[in-house]
Amino acid sequence: MALNLKKWFNIREGLQMLTDVDSASDRYRLLQRNIRILMIVLTIVPLSMMALINYHQYQKSLREEIISPETLLANKTRHSFEFFLKERQSLIKSISYFYSYDQLSDQKTLNHILLTLKEEFGGFVDLGLINGADGTQFCYAGPYHLLGKNYAEQSWFQEVMLKGTYISDVFMGYRKFPHIAIAVQRLEQSGRSWIVRTTIDTTMFDNLIAAMGLGAESDAFILNKDGIFQTNSRLYGKVLEHCPLVIPRGGHATYVAERKDPSGRDIFLTYTHFTHPEYTLVIVKPTSTVLKAWYALKSDLFFVFLASSILIVYVVFRLTNIMVNRIKEADQNRELAFRELQHHHKLSSIGRLAAGVAHEINNPLAIINEKAGLIKDLIEYTTDFTQKEKFSTLIGAILQSVNRCRTITHRLLGFAKRMEVEIENLDLNELLEEVLGFLEKEALYRNIDIGLELAKDLPRIDSDRGQLQQVFLNILNNAMAAVDDEGKIFIATREKDADTIAVSIRDNGCGMSEETLRHIFEPFFTTKKEHGTGLGLSITYGIVKKLGGDIEVMSKEHEGTTFKVFLPKKSNA
Amino acid sequence: MEPMKILLVDDEQEFVTTLAERLELRNMKVMIAMSGESALGFVETDPPQVVVLDVMMPGLGGLEVLEKIKAMNSRIQVILLTGHGATKDGIRGMQLGAFDYLIKPIDIDELIKKLNEAVKRMP
Repeated sequence: MALNLKKWFNIREGLQMLTDVDSASDRYRLLQRNIRILMIVLTIVPLSMMALINYHQYQKSLREEIISPETLLANKTRHSFEFFLKERQSLIKSISYFYSYDQLSDQKTLNHILLTLKEEFGGFVDLGLINGADGTQFCYAGPYHLLGKNYAEQSWFQEVMLKGTYISDVFMGYRKFPHIAIAVQRLEQSGRSWIVRTTIDTTMFDNLIAAMGLGAESDAFILNKDGIFQTNSRLYGKVLEHCPLVIPRGGHATYVAERKDPSGRDIFLTYTHFTHPEYTLVIVKPTSTVLKAWYALKSDLFFVFLASSILIVYVVFRLTNIMVNRIKEADQNRELAFRELQHHHKLSSIGRLAAGVAHEINNPLAIINEKAGLIKDLIEYTTDFTQKEKFSTLIGAILQSVNRCRTITHRLLGFAKRMEVEIENLDLNELLEEVLGFLEKEALYRNIDIGLELAKDLPRIDSDRGQLQQVFLNILNNAMAAVDDEGKIFIATREKDADTIAVSIRDNGCGMSEETLRHIFEPFFTTKKEHGTGLGLSITYGIVKKLGGDIEVMSKEHEGTTFKVFLPKKSNA
Repeated sequence: MEPMKILLVDDEQEFVTTLAERLELRNMKVMIAMSGESALGFVETDPPQVVVLDVMMPGLGGLEVLEKIKAMNSRIQVILLTGHGATKDGIRGMQLGAFDYLIKPIDIDELIKKLNEAVKRMP
């Protein structure tokens, strides 16, 4: 198989083979194949390369175009979140500075501040003061009974004492609402430290996510550093549940990734990390929506490529067919022309030779004829010649031989002669009947059945009567010679087409071998041994050609022979 | 009946003498000319009834001789001898006034038949 493929694609070898292959059809098939391969390679390769380059360029530019709005959205939303948290944190910090410890310790003032915060900013649930030294909440405004609660053991308390501020993860408040806590430490110059702590419900988080205006199939949510939902996710879980998607930690930029979610859907992730608190904003969109434009372009590209390839292959096949057929035709025509020229040359040189021979022989022949004639006369006019009988026979034989020679030279000249064609308007059926008249006696004697099927309204043609007579006489003579006694000869005429009349002469005689058939129209080719000159059919062929017609012969040994003569209605000779 | 008076014109001596002898055997008076020029001399001095004239001769050709004979004496009948394949010459000759044409080698009986016909046709 591998070897075969190598051979199949080895064009150079193929071209080399072109000159080696004997069979013509193989040669053209090979030529056709090679041209096809070459043309397809020459066209498909650049096309594929262009498609590939286009693909990559489009992919690059389109990806950027697709990704940038996603990252932009993620950044904007992150900023909103950060701003929101920063604002709340600053607010609490400001309160810790604007009011003194004593002022804030007053329940009334604290209540008033909480009320104002609720009215002006919304989302504030409670507000408390915690002693930095022991972690006890010593003043509290809000709906719960948290006065006196000790936070000293809680991690956030340690953190706020260490860093000064703290923003908690989301947690469920007593009323089963998700909340976050913000705590700010105030360190007085006196060394006293206290903490202002507030709880804010996260309705604002949901509002910020809703403001992104995502479609029904998309999702956005906040995760804390442990992968716990800080907001409800439409697709992957409720607040405080663990997120099934693994989002890598670290880095401060905005990242995109293509993933499969737990349900097997292709998703396009955009995520960005907050610095403080350690949240991650995640936007999930189905890949199909995000990359819709890219997919469309990809399929367009593919279809254009496919269509062009099919078109190229089709055109190449058609073109090669036409081309190879043209070449084939041209080759055949050249071959035919060459053969005809060869044949013509052969005939004309033989013709010249024949004419020369005939003329040269004719004169001595005339002398022999007269001398022998004179001897015969003398014998006849002399009464007392003793061996009269014998001499008469001898002279008769000489004269007979002279006659035979004469026939030969006549035929030779007839063959060689560039006789001027005398065109007249004639009825071919009539002519055939005339010719048959010559053969009637022999046919009758040998009991040969001559069948006629002459087209009734056969158009008259312009041709040479004498030469046509010779043509049909020759063919019929051959037919008579071919058939046995009581054989059959069948003659038919018909209008072949608008310009041509066909005459077919069929016999059920001995037929010819293919070898004979090949040489049948060559001069001096004969199968009749001493009875024939081998000129008959070559003369016939010459005449038919000269009259602008054509002659065909089909034969099968022991079955018979059919001659078909095609003659033009209008002479062009 | 007076013997027929014939002039044979041919450049081939063997042919012409033999043919002459054969015709003489058949009771004809035969004169021989080996060229067109000498043939015209005979026509002038001793005009024959029929001239048997070869078309292909060196010097004065058969058809020219025919024309001259016809011009000199239109009563004289001319039978042309042509080689085969020179049917055209024969036809041309007949247009010029020849009685008929025969193709060489000739058949003596046919020649005699033509000669008799030619004499009968003489005006």
